[in-house]
Amino acid sequence: MAAAPSRAAAFAPAAADDANLYRRLVLRRQLILAALALALFASLCVDLALGPARFGLDQVIAALFTPGSVEDSLRVILWQIRMPVALMALVVGASLSIAGAQMQTILSNPLASPFTLGISAGASFGAALALAFGVTLVPALVDYAIPLNAFIMAMLTALAIHFLSMRRGVTIETIVLLGIAMVFIFNSLMALIQFFASQQAVSAVVFWTMGSLTKATWPKLGIAFAVLAVVVPLLARHGWALTAMRLGDAKAESLGVKPRALRLEVLIMVSLLAAIAVSFVGTIGFVGLVGPHIARLLLGEDQRFFLPGSALCGALMLSVGSVLSKVIIPGTIIPIGIITSLVGIPFFLFLILNHKKNAW
Amino acid sequence: MVTLTLDRLSARYGRRQILADISTPPLHGGQVVALLGPNAAGKSTLFRRILGLLEGEGEVRITGTRSERPIAYMPQDNGATAVLTVYEAVLLARMQGRRLKVADADLGEVDKALAELGIDTLAGRDIGNLSGGQRQLVGAAQALVQSPDILLLDEPTSALDLHRQISLLSILHRLAQERNMLIAALHDLGHALRFADQALVIESGRLVDCGPCEQVVTPQMLRHTFQVEARIEPCSQGRPQLIVEAAI
Repeated sequence: MAAAPSRAAAFAPAAADDANLYRRLVLRRQLILAALALALFASLCVDLALGPARFGLDQVIAALFTPGSVEDSLRVILWQIRMPVALMALVVGASLSIAGAQMQTILSNPLASPFTLGISAGASFGAALALAFGVTLVPALVDYAIPLNAFIMAMLTALAIHFLSMRRGVTIETIVLLGIAMVFIFNSLMALIQFFASQQAVSAVVFWTMGSLTKATWPKLGIAFAVLAVVVPLLARHGWALTAMRLGDAKAESLGVKPRALRLEVLIMVSLLAAIAVSFVGTIGFVGLVGPHIARLLLGEDQRFFLPGSALCGALMLSVGSVLSKVIIPGTIIPIGIITSLVGIPFFLFLILNHKKNAW
Repeated sequence: MVTLTLDRLSARYGRRQILADISTPPLHGGQVVALLGPNAAGKSTLFRRILGLLEGEGEVRITGTRSERPIAYMPQDNGATAVLTVYEAVLLARMQGRRLKVADADLGEVDKALAELGIDTLAGRDIGNLSGGQRQLVGAAQALVQSPDILLLDEPTSALDLHRQISLLSILHRLAQERNMLIAALHDLGHALRFADQALVIESGRLVDCGPCEQVVTPQMLRHTFQVEARIEPCSQGRPQLIVEAAI
């Protein structure tokens, strides 16, 4: 293949190779992103085919692209029942993974995620209030009482962390510790609720905290997707600045980034993303932690690839998780939060123990 | 040609006054200015104040530039945990404040910066796997790639071996002349004598002297500001050489 003519060659012939090597790196990353997207589509089709009534992949594809050509029952099951659940897996996976990726980026901490910063724990507490005692923080919308409670508590947690982190002398390490403190606070409050609640309520709370996609509906999916669709371009706009944050505050500042302001803005955006996701489906751990790490291993930390990569990895993880939750015990849908934890924890240990150069 | 003038500049952290009333004559492009002073004299603070990262009284006047961001700054540290290649890290510095799309011209600038500093062979390496000295050269490339008119370097040679110290400073000196760039750097006295055209001496946040290097760096100044007994003698090639006898 002939090398593309580049301006670099004019003044630095020896280094012209570098630009071409870089172009090849970019191409490889684009191919990886395309492969992830393809795998995601495949997983989505399999997810749609599985359920009490099993369909062939050909039927699923026919129902997807030419809904008019298939039987009514197939169309209804696929589009009304399974599609919102399957798509919710993608949207929630992407949201949690992006949230984790940016938390890790702005806090310079590989352990930061919606889960470890207490946002999921806050959401669980909010949901438990509604499930155990019928406490609704926004009384008008009874249908959405549980997700609204969860959302409000998740955002309050995030805001508490922001507020505390604004104090003088609070470093980014402290922010992560604040998050862990939040997790402990909410865990003890949850224990308190479970102690006082009825047997029935306790099992409802426990089921909610396991995380489940089956509660997904088209309107909920619409809300979650709308938030994702608004936040992602806003994050992408800060692409270069966010990548620069990984070089440390002093370096980022020298490049014209305002680290404190950017950190606050991004924390608010990703908290919103995580809070919405968690409030609709319950606690789904490890996607927000492991998704970004896989993306980092595959694509590095240039946000132009890392941001879409994290979204795709998270979506793929949760979609595959959804498939697994149906096939492990036929006829039973295991709560997806259990699956992601079971798959995520060994992977997480692998990341910690296998200190490879690209794994942070 | 670019000109930098400091006019009664001051800076404070909280209530603590770090810099007071620093004024310089116009410093012209095409030369290297050494910023000298003992530890904690306020040298890094002066750089941060010039960049506008710190508030304070006084004015930083820059004339003769068409760039929106005429100053590039190279701080001492450079992220060691980021999963980025050297090429990406330098491109990143180039693209700051620009659109996401990378143009061929930007890649050209990255190539040029890497080649100038002789680290084009490191382009594909992860910055996390570099030695401290290599990372410092990447930091210099990140500053150069911004095509600045004024380049502020905070101890650019602290992690380099002697050979690389001399070669980096020679390169910078040459680039200052070629590109009419004003380079201000914190470095040690010996290198200042050899590579700097002008010197600013800061002591306890105040400017105590400013002028051509050989006039500023004298045994009297060294005794007074740095508290060392030293003399300056020409080496075999006629360049001024610092010989330190003892600390006072």
